Amino acid sequence: MEKRSKLLEVKNLKQHFNIGRGRVVKAVDGLSFDIYEGEVLGLVGESGCGKSTTGRSIIGLYDATDGEVLFKGENVHAKKSRKEKLKFNRSMQMIFQDPYASLNPRMTVGDIIAEGIDIHGLATSKDERNNRVYDLLETVGLTKEHASRYPHEFSGGQRQRIGIARALAVEPDFIIADEPISALDVSIQAQVVNLMKQLQRDRSLTYLFIAHDLSMVKYISDRIGVMYQGHLVELCDADRLYENPMHAYTKSLLSAIPLPDPEHERTRKRIIYDRPTGGAVGKSSEDSSIPPLREIEPGHFVSMTDAELEAYQAQLV
Amino acid sequence: METILSVRDLTVAFHTYAGTVQAVRGVSFDLKKGETLAIVGESGSGKSVTSKAIMRLIPNPPGEITKGEIMFEGRDLVKLSDKEMQKVRGRDIAMIFQDPMTSLNPTMTIYKQIAEGLKRHQGLTGDDAKKRTLELLTLVGIPNPEARLKQYPHQLSGGMRQRIVIAIALACNPKVLIADEPTTALDVTIQAQILELLKDIQQKTGTAIIFITHDLGVVANMADRVAVMYAGKLIEKGTVDEIFYEPRHPYTWGLLGSMPRPSDDRSQDLPAIPGTPPNLLHPPVGDAFAPRNQYAMKIDFEKEPPFFPITDTHEAATWLLHPQAPYVEPPVAIRDLALKYRPDSTFAKSLLKGGLK
Repeated sequence: MEKRSKLLEVKNLKQHFNIGRGRVVKAVDGLSFDIYEGEVLGLVGESGCGKSTTGRSIIGLYDATDGEVLFKGENVHAKKSRKEKLKFNRSMQMIFQDPYASLNPRMTVGDIIAEGIDIHGLATSKDERNNRVYDLLETVGLTKEHASRYPHEFSGGQRQRIGIARALAVEPDFIIADEPISALDVSIQAQVVNLMKQLQRDRSLTYLFIAHDLSMVKYISDRIGVMYQGHLVELCDADRLYENPMHAYTKSLLSAIPLPDPEHERTRKRIIYDRPTGGAVGKSSEDSSIPPLREIEPGHFVSMTDAELEAYQAQLV
Repeated sequence: METILSVRDLTVAFHTYAGTVQAVRGVSFDLKKGETLAIVGESGSGKSVTSKAIMRLIPNPPGEITKGEIMFEGRDLVKLSDKEMQKVRGRDIAMIFQDPMTSLNPTMTIYKQIAEGLKRHQGLTGDDAKKRTLELLTLVGIPNPEARLKQYPHQLSGGMRQRIVIAIALACNPKVLIADEPTTALDVTIQAQILELLKDIQQKTGTAIIFITHDLGVVANMADRVAVMYAGKLIEKGTVDEIFYEPRHPYTWGLLGSMPRPSDDRSQDLPAIPGTPPNLLHPPVGDAFAPRNQYAMKIDFEKEPPFFPITDTHEAATWLLHPQAPYVEPPVAIRDLALKYRPDSTFAKSLLKGGLK
């Protein structure tokens, strides 16, 4: 994994929101990680931890407060000219959480999918454009008859397939999937995850897969980052994270998932993470800050202070 | 154990412009005192409609309970007048709703919302109501309850709000508690807290719980018995162990198989159920699951299967249990679970012999 080239580098990304009266929400507060070419990086955490904001900041839906995002070595947020932005937009696409809100109800499915093709001038004739749309629909498991229909005629799972087809239309290298399955039923979730995995293999795509469902995310991710209050607290190979979670928050998160297995549930012990909430009034910023990531074993990063290092090393198995 | 609620052949239809949607198509089950019965199914399977029908909360029009009975303490709830039902609702049978953001009244204080039921059903006012409210807030684990009385829902987090919803439901010591996806809107760590709370309350008060959910992990954690629902019908009923370790219906196999487990090999695809559930505007002839069922036989498309009993507590509606049905091999995930946890069951033994009958 270390040998592979970095597709995306996030350096000290900060995204603060001003909520009025001088108060600021630090949704993402100094995040650094890399995504390698062809890998799936899962980003997990509970609501409000800043995982969706991270995705949105990377693709430029928000103007980052501070920090850099390098895509193929170029700073994407510094790009100014229309032409440069267009080129970048083509290589990075997003799949949204809510398949009901993310498709324009007044456009046909064909037009929704072809919007990117039109903007980037990827088709020279109307026939070529339509054929591309038909191909995409078939790629995601729909049929070409669906192109002339409207979003309301589809189920949640089918709409998410349309969202995936739209993202694929401009042949991107990198896709940010923001909770693409959490609005879907269990049996449909598996279908969509399988489709995304298959597309990733066939088209050698790179994903940032944002989710709160830890068991599904393991299925698709090569590496997983765990976020807590705007920071990464652990970043590790997916299997290794489940085998040997190090950070207390990761442990509490993993121990809270109910598994479809009554015997396991009868004996499951929940680990409770008790950290005073960061940034509380009256505390110095030193107290509430989450320490930076350190590499505890090759490829396994944990947020810790110098003092905690020894204790963590003792935990290594 | 004594049966407290008995649902027989419950049928609910919604009359829409497009036609009649048969949301629940003949559901029967019993709820025993002090137990937790989980009703599992995908969205649109009719599990929420079933629970709302028991509470008589189906809006009419467009909805209507067209057939069946709901027996509770010798009375058929379907036949009660609205006024009589108001005395049952909230007092004998209470409900916890899915979304704590929308099920509380944003303009009423926490105290008023909890005391509403106390006043109505038990005639408690003044200090008595306040005392009982504080008791309830303590029971559901709200820190500093005195200070919460005058607060409004928006001042509380999602988990705290769901605790308030639970406190309201528990206010009059209901005999039956219906929890409709009570943790779906919550984070996993908060979900774990709420599930522990519900189990704790059940132990203290002995209330029976109908737990509606689509999450099989939550079912494994909470349920004593499980009923699996598909396309408006129950298709398999059994104890939690029977459903997870000896399932017999192909839909139950599909549901269990499509849940990811930490031990799974990530290079394999997740076993997904192909296709989508049927449209209940025009329910299919025969077994509604047949078009998505890889084990479907000719008869599945022609005739609806009855329930075949497997044990005293376990039954499934699939033609695969018919004496003339061929031997079948359930998916690997199902086989693995059975062999791992119940190697001595007849189910596991017949799997080893080469197939189920």
